Amino acid sequence: MSAPKTAPETVPGGPASAFRIAMGTGGWLVAAFLALPILVVIPVSLTDTSYIGLPKDGLSLQHYESYFTSARWLGGTAASILVGLAVALISTVLGAAFSIGCWFLGNRAATIARWVLIVPILVPPVVQSLGFYRFWVTLGLIDTWTGVILAHTLLALPYVSISVFAALANLDPKLPQAARSLGASVWRTVWEVVVPAARPGMITGAVFAFIVSFDEIVSVLFITVRRVETLPKLIWEGIQDNIDPTIAVVATVLVLVTLVLAGAVAVRRT
Amino acid sequence: MQTDKTRYWLLAAPALAVMIVFYIWPLVNIWAISMTEPALGFGNYVKMTESQAVQTSFVITFRVAALTTVICVLLGYICAYSITNVIRSARPLLIAMVLLPFWVSVLIRSFAWIVLLGRSGLVNDAMRDIGLIDAPMRLMHNEFGVVLAMVHVMLPFAVLPMMANMRGIDRAYTEAARGLGASEFTAFRMVYLPQTLPGVASGALLVFVLSLGFYITPALLGGGRVLMVSEYITYQIQEFLNWGLGTAISVALLVATALVLIVAARFVNLRSALLERS
Repeated sequence: MSAPKTAPETVPGGPASAFRIAMGTGGWLVAAFLALPILVVIPVSLTDTSYIGLPKDGLSLQHYESYFTSARWLGGTAASILVGLAVALISTVLGAAFSIGCWFLGNRAATIARWVLIVPILVPPVVQSLGFYRFWVTLGLIDTWTGVILAHTLLALPYVSISVFAALANLDPKLPQAARSLGASVWRTVWEVVVPAARPGMITGAVFAFIVSFDEIVSVLFITVRRVETLPKLIWEGIQDNIDPTIAVVATVLVLVTLVLAGAVAVRRT
Repeated sequence: MQTDKTRYWLLAAPALAVMIVFYIWPLVNIWAISMTEPALGFGNYVKMTESQAVQTSFVITFRVAALTTVICVLLGYICAYSITNVIRSARPLLIAMVLLPFWVSVLIRSFAWIVLLGRSGLVNDAMRDIGLIDAPMRLMHNEFGVVLAMVHVMLPFAVLPMMANMRGIDRAYTEAARGLGASEFTAFRMVYLPQTLPGVASGALLVFVLSLGFYITPALLGGGRVLMVSEYITYQIQEFLNWGLGTAISVALLVATALVLIVAARFVNLRSALLERS
């Protein structure tokens, strides 16, 4: 269906050819491969069986009931949201200050500092989690919320610093210079000239930071024991036990929330 | 002006200090553990290089990561090309379909694949119901399942840099080649493709590096049969409390990742691939 559809939409450059049709069809197939498997959790969440599978004799909301009445699942969900908000706040403040400082400095040392801040993107999650575990034991942070928020803040900082710095690429260095020569202090220049320019990057960074924290599982597996339970940890344990369709409910809720939020952002932009 | 510079450093310092104290230092400590537990010296590294299981694990890891990277680049290229150059009115929908998995947690995506590929999963059930197979096929707990799910997780990382690169390409060159009589495919191969190689390289690098250290999907879809290095390390630490060997393998994995980046730096602009990635 998609192949003929691409024909009248060709970009200047010639009529529909076998090549364009193949690429267009391929593009749709790849996008379908990306999007569709995720949606499988929706029918499974509505199953009337007590195991993971498609509905047998009809749809049922029984697993939704067990999610929305389970103190453990709701507690984990609330905890992950709160941790994510804390991480978004802390890492955005730290990361924005960092990127603004580096942007002003603009020298080799600042570039090196920026590389240091993105190291967590490149280090394998298990390796960094071993590091966290040993150090958190020394600090007495194992199985504490502080420990989780600290670890997640470190993992979120690269994303905040990258997106704030990207936003500052559009700021003309002459503007803060002008503010300074008109007598504004460094802090006032930062607050009234640079921060407004960085704001889009800070918002993107905060969203990234929240998502990084909300989805993070590997470090949580290492630095928490029993007292601290986040949503990913409950999902992880649920998948290991393997039978409970409640995970499909959680997955459906998360996918739907994602779709709604993405849709809302798209509508606001247009 | 000197005091201004100090103030700028004051802005940058808190994040940098937190990163060095709570992240870089613990990493250095991992190396220290590998050299001191249970005894001072290179004992753990000797044990590591002599272990058949560790070697196998590294071979599996590099094979899975390479396979994932190749497939991601091929599929990602087609997708990025058609979003940039072929599809017009449905472009936002296509972009949304590519981005959706980005925003859904890896855990959920792996769960979806388990639901699909399991012994009594949806794919096996459907194929049995229409009579294609008698007994369930093994679609996961092997490299096939791991690579399939990993491609799904990594594909957006390949598509996005390629899309950014293709958006910056002036179509005039391809059109000139067409005007001079090249067929559409020749113009693509000789003129367009070479211009997209920087995007391909940064996509491939990102996917390969992330795949090397990937834990969640291989652990869930591999079912203990596709033991990639990250899972092997976890195994050593959690089952055997063997911190010496576990940290030594961690250091080896880190060094391997660093080597990949150093080699890649000859072909990829690491600055734009990593530091200035938008």
